[in-house]
Amino acid sequence: MPDAIEPALPVLEGKELLPGLRDQPPPAGDAKSGCHLLNDIPANAGTAVIELRVRNHPGTMSHITGLFARRGFNLEAIACAPVGDGRESRMLLLLADEPRLDQVERQLAKLYDVLAVRHRPDVPAAFFRNLFPPADHTAAAPAHGTFTGTLP
Amino acid sequence: MKISGANLLRLLLERQGVRLIAGIPGGANLPFYDALHAPEPRTDRRGTIRHILARHEQGAGFIAHGLARVTGRAGVCLATSGPGATNLLTAIADARLDSVPLVALTGQVPRAMIGTDAFQEVDTYGLTLPVTKHNFLVRDAAELLEVVPLAFQLAESGRPGPVAIDVPKDVQNAIVEVDAWPAPGRPLPAPACPDALIDALAHRLAAAQRPVLYLGGGVITAGAASLAGALARRISAPTVCTLMALGAMPPDDPLFMGMLGMHAARGTNLLLEETDLLVAVGARFDDRATGKVAEFCPHAAIAHLDIDAAEIGKIKPAFLGLVGDAADILRRLLARLPAQQRPAWRARAAHLRAAHPLRHPARAADPLHPVNLCRFLGEILPPDTIVTTDVGQHQMWVAQAYPVRRPRTLLTSGGLGTMGFGLPAAIGAALALSDVEGPALPVRHSLGEGGSEADRISITRDPKLKTQDRTPRVVCVSGDGSLLMNIQELATLAELDLPVAVLVFNNAQLGLVRQQQELFYGRRYAAAHFAAVPDFAALARAFGVRGLRLDPARDPLADLAAALAGPGACVIDIPIHEGANVLPMVPPGAANRHMIAEPELELSHA
Repeated sequence: MPDAIEPALPVLEGKELLPGLRDQPPPAGDAKSGCHLLNDIPANAGTAVIELRVRNHPGTMSHITGLFARRGFNLEAIACAPVGDGRESRMLLLLADEPRLDQVERQLAKLYDVLAVRHRPDVPAAFFRNLFPPADHTAAAPAHGTFTGTLP
Repeated sequence: MKISGANLLRLLLERQGVRLIAGIPGGANLPFYDALHAPEPRTDRRGTIRHILARHEQGAGFIAHGLARVTGRAGVCLATSGPGATNLLTAIADARLDSVPLVALTGQVPRAMIGTDAFQEVDTYGLTLPVTKHNFLVRDAAELLEVVPLAFQLAESGRPGPVAIDVPKDVQNAIVEVDAWPAPGRPLPAPACPDALIDALAHRLAAAQRPVLYLGGGVITAGAASLAGALARRISAPTVCTLMALGAMPPDDPLFMGMLGMHAARGTNLLLEETDLLVAVGARFDDRATGKVAEFCPHAAIAHLDIDAAEIGKIKPAFLGLVGDAADILRRLLARLPAQQRPAWRARAAHLRAAHPLRHPARAADPLHPVNLCRFLGEILPPDTIVTTDVGQHQMWVAQAYPVRRPRTLLTSGGLGTMGFGLPAAIGAALALSDVEGPALPVRHSLGEGGSEADRISITRDPKLKTQDRTPRVVCVSGDGSLLMNIQELATLAELDLPVAVLVFNNAQLGLVRQQQELFYGRRYAAAHFAAVPDFAALARAFGVRGLRLDPARDPLADLAAALAGPGACVIDIPIHEGANVLPMVPPGAANRHMIAEPELELSHA
């Protein structure tokens, strides 16, 4: 008797199975920035900014983001740019609500491509909010190679 | 000098002192195989590296583990792209968790085809990234000059670990101009621990009433086992070991309390309830050791010595963290510590040990009880015998009952817990022991004046004897579940004719699974019993290895001793009770003081 062991459950539609989408609030703050998640971070509430000096090569970012993913550390934002002759980069990481800051720093310091780790209490979380210039929708689109149709 | 990338890789490995590589060839690493085996076109010189052909890349990886875990030097394994690389991953991850120096070489599709979903293409760089200390995708043959020495330096420096090097096929074939050789990669010295911290620990030890040493695998890696023993005796501190540290202290030392944690003797875990100062050396507070972390050593202040700064306070806050080489720190600590007598504490430890022995049937009544088997092996095997295990009940019985007398003589997959580790690791260990011209055998000592001679394995060889006779026997204790996970390496073993004995503790089950289902899942046995179990003796013979099954009706221990005394490789199938459990046991997630005990009515002291 399948009914006895299998209680009737509502069947979900495909779109409803997508995790979290239904519950997400509409983007807050400056809609033009297209970066509502960052705007949701209250300024400096439980956040920390860490600066890294790293070797600049294709795998470095994977090593750093992979470390945060597999150890379950909270990473809210990254800013990265090459410095000097381009062999090294500087990276600013915004950590939110991460109680294991000390552990994060020590694990980062162990990565071969990470040359230096330091705290940047002088950098406010708001720094990351202002990284993106507002998109200029009046600028001319590229003449070709741009997808203009609608997705199925 | 103009040279191909493949030959450059071979020469760099030779300059690194690599004598053995275990691997399997395939499309994407064939140029390197050609460089390993074919004479150089100009000089007619052949390479000096011996290649061990495994039957599965995971087997190759664990053969490299055996080499590395015995010698302390980086083991090297080799696979092709795609499935070759994915098959290596388990051995790489195992090396990461047990801090084993390993260099994993993989072929990759040519650079122009990377990212096109080419035949046997997989993102080896991405796959190995989370399970290595560091990894490389070589984009230009000249990069090998930097990458190869660096890989060995990283694998062997500080806390050892695996490093992966992915080499596209066209990079192996590319011709480069080499002007000068880089220096071979060597382990970097660890930063010295400040004197002030060592003074602080010495003062704190003097004030402690009930100190306990908690040794982890790092003690063995650092060659600091005899120094740790000296510290224990100097301050009268009972000493517990993790699974990875077994062998760091002689099992008959009056201060030795055996393994701690999930399958410890009850007295050992009770002692940790009472200690007021826990000195952790090269240990990482693994959950199988600590049980419920919040209740681990509830009355103790913790001092933590480790070469990896990130381990300090990772699981348990330490009032004192000493980062550096364990041998160096212990030597400097000993230099400033007077002898401390703690007769009451020593007596308490001795009482706890005597009051809570391992309970098991007497040998005469049940010679094939696993505890009796392990004790018997301890009696008949020479003290420098290397024992490897697989993972499961047999592994814990070995940890409980087999006396591991020397560092690096128990090779086991502790952190990852990989079934299938034992047989290929035993092959690697036997290769390390038979590598007569190899570098001095236990090579990694601590920097400066490392541990004493006792930390090193000494092997006497009579050059007149044949290889198999002059190589000490390696024993792999396995289970019928684990052995099947890399059974194909019996073919490798038969080919190499190494003196490896495989002991199958055969209960026709995944025993530890069955045990947990009995204890924690209401005896609802699911997928724990094998309806079909192969005849392991016949299977061994089919591979070309001596095989026999012990008959409980005869004198099985005498038969076992005779089989182990015979020459060459053998598989010994040992029927054990289907219901035997590893006890005592801390339920997963419980505090270590809550141990499930043996049913006393059925057993007697032995």
